[in-house]
Amino acid sequence: MDILVVLEDNNGTIHRMGIESIAAAQHMADSLGLSAGAMVMGKNAVALATKASGYSLDEVLSVNHELLNDYSSDGYAEAVKQVINKENPRYVLFGHSYQVRDYVPKISAKLMRPFLADSIAIDFDGKDVSLTKQMFNAKLFSDISLSGDAPFLISFQSASFLSDNASTGTANKREVVINLDSSMIKTESEAPFKESSGGVDLTDAELIVSVGRGIGKEENIPMAQDLASALGAEISSSRPVVDSGWLSPSHQVGSSGQAVSPKMYLALGISGAIQHVVGMKASKNIVAINKDPEAPIFEIADYGVVGDLLEIVPKLTEAIQSK
Amino acid sequence: MKIAVLVKQVPGSESPLPLVSSQDWLDESQVVYIMNESDNYGLEEALQIRENNNDGEVVVVSLGPDRTQKVIREALSKGADRAIHIQTDGNYPTDPLAAASLFADALKGEDFDIIFSGLQSDDLGYGQTGIILGELLGMSTATLAMATEILDNKIKVKRELEAGYFQWVTMSLPASISVQSGCNTPRYPSLKGIMGAKKKEINVVTPSVGDQNQSIKKIYAPNTAKETVMIEGSVDQVVEKLVTIFRNEIKIA
Repeated sequence: MDILVVLEDNNGTIHRMGIESIAAAQHMADSLGLSAGAMVMGKNAVALATKASGYSLDEVLSVNHELLNDYSSDGYAEAVKQVINKENPRYVLFGHSYQVRDYVPKISAKLMRPFLADSIAIDFDGKDVSLTKQMFNAKLFSDISLSGDAPFLISFQSASFLSDNASTGTANKREVVINLDSSMIKTESEAPFKESSGGVDLTDAELIVSVGRGIGKEENIPMAQDLASALGAEISSSRPVVDSGWLSPSHQVGSSGQAVSPKMYLALGISGAIQHVVGMKASKNIVAINKDPEAPIFEIADYGVVGDLLEIVPKLTEAIQSK
Repeated sequence: MKIAVLVKQVPGSESPLPLVSSQDWLDESQVVYIMNESDNYGLEEALQIRENNNDGEVVVVSLGPDRTQKVIREALSKGADRAIHIQTDGNYPTDPLAAASLFADALKGEDFDIIFSGLQSDDLGYGQTGIILGELLGMSTATLAMATEILDNKIKVKRELEAGYFQWVTMSLPASISVQSGCNTPRYPSLKGIMGAKKKEINVVTPSVGDQNQSIKKIYAPNTAKETVMIEGSVDQVVEKLVTIFRNEIKIA
């Protein structure tokens, strides 16, 4: 196969970014006249292979090995490397998940081939592909070209392709045997855990007032909370606010926090770093107040105010209360 | 315990980002540079390990042109013992594999127990250099570290997973670990540190960049499909317009 999609396990189902990668692979296959397949591994490989075989792909490869039952960066990198060496794909696609960030750079080093991480779009010029990537905290985009010999490792940012666009079909399943031994795995993992229970669930919130670094200091947080109460909204934040200890981690929206889709997301002093945007770009209406007219948040906002939130917010709270 | 910290100099979040006429890089003469945010946390983690063990060495390692010495001095003034400056002509490598190979060549004789790097640079944002480097040097690797604990010839790392989960992973040393911002509280340099930094050694090496298999064709401002309605006027006018939009457009009850 020419294009290999590596699917990630999410407790027995295919990680949603894996389905998005299938859509990406099908798009590439159509545009370049190439064949596309997928691979699964880990303790849920059988279930994942069955699910993956319901998509329009040439083949679904399944790798079963007891050393892959639990994730390790060493084991997964070695397994994918061996599959690549056996199958010789030209392009190897991944969703840019936390797990992919963890082990795919190791494949790049093992094969001495490039890993184009976190791409948001792909473009074709004959048989050549170029990928678009956000740079400088998403303030600028760049088009990246590839050179040298195959394979090329490529990961796509969440929502760069829509999982709804992945066409269904019937794919053959095939098992691929690899060689691993325990000396290759240098890490020992404990069970995943959540830091604090009883956190705030923002996923179903109708209205959200979210604060970013631009709120300035901890003493200004109540100002945003007052506005949230006046609107009947939940309060959330970007990562720097949580890192500073101004709000608890359960309020965080973004790639390392919650993904939200409220009717209105009111962003106060949030610059719009990509790690935050991936968690809130599905909001129906985004209203942004920021003093920096160049802040990337304005690129995704429906309504924008360039101004001092410390002046605007108290008056806005007052105006809403008086209605 | 011998610890290397990879530190990158990147444009500050408020810096202008003008492009050169060929549109494949920034016009650096107008850029305001700072230390990459997550690298600062990596430096702090290294300094704390050295202090807790009352022993060891922290070496700051930076790749880039002359200007990079500013962040190297900053790291030395915060307490790093010495520095290695991998000085390159022209732009920073656009292929992280090429960048990591330069680091590997510069560090392979040093036998570091730990290499810390920031999770991702705030300019090119590849997020892989430290991990590729670890793999090239045959080290254990871990990403997204939120805490570390040194055990006997091992390191225990609290890794951040998706959706608010964490996981402790223990691995043998040597290890290359990329840290997440917020994993500690980075210090500010003291006056004594700033004075002392001037006397610390910066070893400059000048290798040539190897093959690059991903390169920047063009950099440009995002073309947003979304039409943003900008609300202008005095504070009172802005507030009045927002209330109207909330009620009539977004239809908040």
